[in-house]
Amino acid sequence: MISFQAVGKTFPRAPSPALKDVSLEVRPGEVFGVIGQSGAGKSTLIRLINGLERPSVGRVVTDDDDVGALDAAALRALRRRVGMIFQHFNLLSSKTVAANVAYPLKVAGMPSSAIGPRVAELLDLVGLADQAAKYPAQLSGGQKQRVGIARALANGPKILLCDEATSALDPQTTEQILDLLAQLNRELGLTIVLITHEMEVIRRVCHRVAVLDAGSVVESGEVAEVFLHPTHQVTRRLVADAAGLAAAKIEGGPPTLRLTFRGQATFEPILGRIARDTGVDYSILAGRIDRIRDEPYGQLLVSLVGGDVAAARARLTAAGVRLEEA
Amino acid sequence: MEALLANVVWADIAQALLDTLIMLGGSLAFSVILGLPLGVILFLTAPRQLLANRAANAALSFTVNVLRSVPFVILLIVMIPLTVLLVGTSLGVAGAIPPLVVGAAPFYARLVETALREVDRGVIEAAQAMGATPRQIVFGALLPEAMPGILAGATVTAIALVSYTAMAGVVGAGGLGDLAIRFGYQRFQTDVMVVTVLMLLALVQGLQWAGDRLVIKVSRR
Ligand SMILES: Nc1ncnc2c1ncn2[C@@H]1O[C@H](COP(=O)(O)OP(=O)(O)OP(=O)(O)O)[C@@H](O)[C@H]1O
Ligand SMILES: [Mg+2]
Repeated sequence: MISFQAVGKTFPRAPSPALKDVSLEVRPGEVFGVIGQSGAGKSTLIRLINGLERPSVGRVVTDDDDVGALDAAALRALRRRVGMIFQHFNLLSSKTVAANVAYPLKVAGMPSSAIGPRVAELLDLVGLADQAAKYPAQLSGGQKQRVGIARALANGPKILLCDEATSALDPQTTEQILDLLAQLNRELGLTIVLITHEMEVIRRVCHRVAVLDAGSVVESGEVAEVFLHPTHQVTRRLVADAAGLAAAKIEGGPPTLRLTFRGQATFEPILGRIARDTGVDYSILAGRIDRIRDEPYGQLLVSLVGGDVAAARARLTAAGVRLEEA
Repeated sequence: MEALLANVVWADIAQALLDTLIMLGGSLAFSVILGLPLGVILFLTAPRQLLANRAANAALSFTVNVLRSVPFVILLIVMIPLTVLLVGTSLGVAGAIPPLVVGAAPFYARLVETALREVDRGVIEAAQAMGATPRQIVFGALLPEAMPGILAGATVTAIALVSYTAMAGVVGAGGLGDLAIRFGYQRFQTDVMVVTVLMLLALVQGLQWAGDRLVIKVSRR
């Protein structure tokens, strides 16, 4: 659906490139996350997808179009197939909610008789049917982002780009907006590219993720894999913020293990049973049970003492628990 | 009352008021018609904007600065040949309007440009991301978003034109300001001066009030 082929981007007069040799593939119908710290190049990356920036080297292919090679008219045609929402919403403050949603329809040349019903349908989809006559200044942040989403979906795009779409919202509103995005992905088969600096956002809605650091992709893969078993230090730091597992290590104490349970195993009394059978004592130093999208997982930091530790480890592995030295 | 306003000929005052209003209305209309697109082009051709064009922007900007640096009285005189070409005479109310427009339109264009610069860049970018053409962005997003500033600029321009019209007496255009200068100042008819100045004050107040109301009406922030 979207493909980056050895893409580099250097801004004029910038000392270092904003993106270096980025290659990635976004599959149709998935929610793809890009995470990185401030200045990592996330916005630059997402803006390459709809041609708001052009690559300095390499190719960006969006929905079968080589973005860098399009002329102005072809680029506009592509942009009508790709919706975008923004951190600061970027609504027209001079227009009502309904007129904001109608604007992209007018831009695309929809006859005015068809615009009214389509706007009503879109506002219904984002749960704002009763706010049509208000102006953006009269809405809450969450409502503004819903208008942004309705506007981005107006022309029925296949792809939705989200540039820090929840970064200006409180945690509860963030959750609601992410739920809406997940719903749109499921029900409309919308491909979503979402950039953020918060691992929590990735954990909630993304299928796959790429970690960006100083313009390079340093890690990428299935969200559960990257989130539960981060390898690059930037990823570890981002995950530690979200998981809170790093803090509990004791210097000089017994060796600690990180146990990861996924899926149904999360809810089974595996650890207790194996400890009893092997005579091992365990203490839990830290832990978290939660979900990655819809999949439950548990992650425990434990130390095992006494008994047959080797047998305990073998049985844990056999039960589908992943063990890592922490 | 009679003695107090001995020199005031109300018919003359009425005529002067009418002249002022015609000059003001005519020159404001043409200043907006010319200044608004000029301001939009100045904005669009500036560096990093939608139609960035260094040469065009520099040429326009320089022309605007030249026109704005010429004192209005001199503009009145050097424009006489052009004025005759445009309206058939360089005298009277009609003769005053072209120089008023040439004096005010560049001023208004700068105010429009400033108002457009105030528009959130993100809003323009959102419109670009929808696939809007520059024309659709200007009419659908930029102008509506900048409307409060554009109207406030028109108010400032209208009030500046009121004082320009006073100088238009040089070409015999008449008007309240001319009356104040010729009778009130040069012939020491203080009562005429006071009456005309009060009327000018009322005019300025009225313009500012109407302009402020309009701005409030279109402001949605
Ligand atoms: N138009 C531009 N001109 C010059 N440099 C730019 C431009 N846009 C971005 N950069 C630079 O490119 C780098 C990456 O910027 P980018 O906005 O993509 O980062 P980001 O990951 O989105 O950061 P943030 O989380 O702060 O939004 C930064 O060093 C930035 O200064
Ligand atoms: Mg950014």
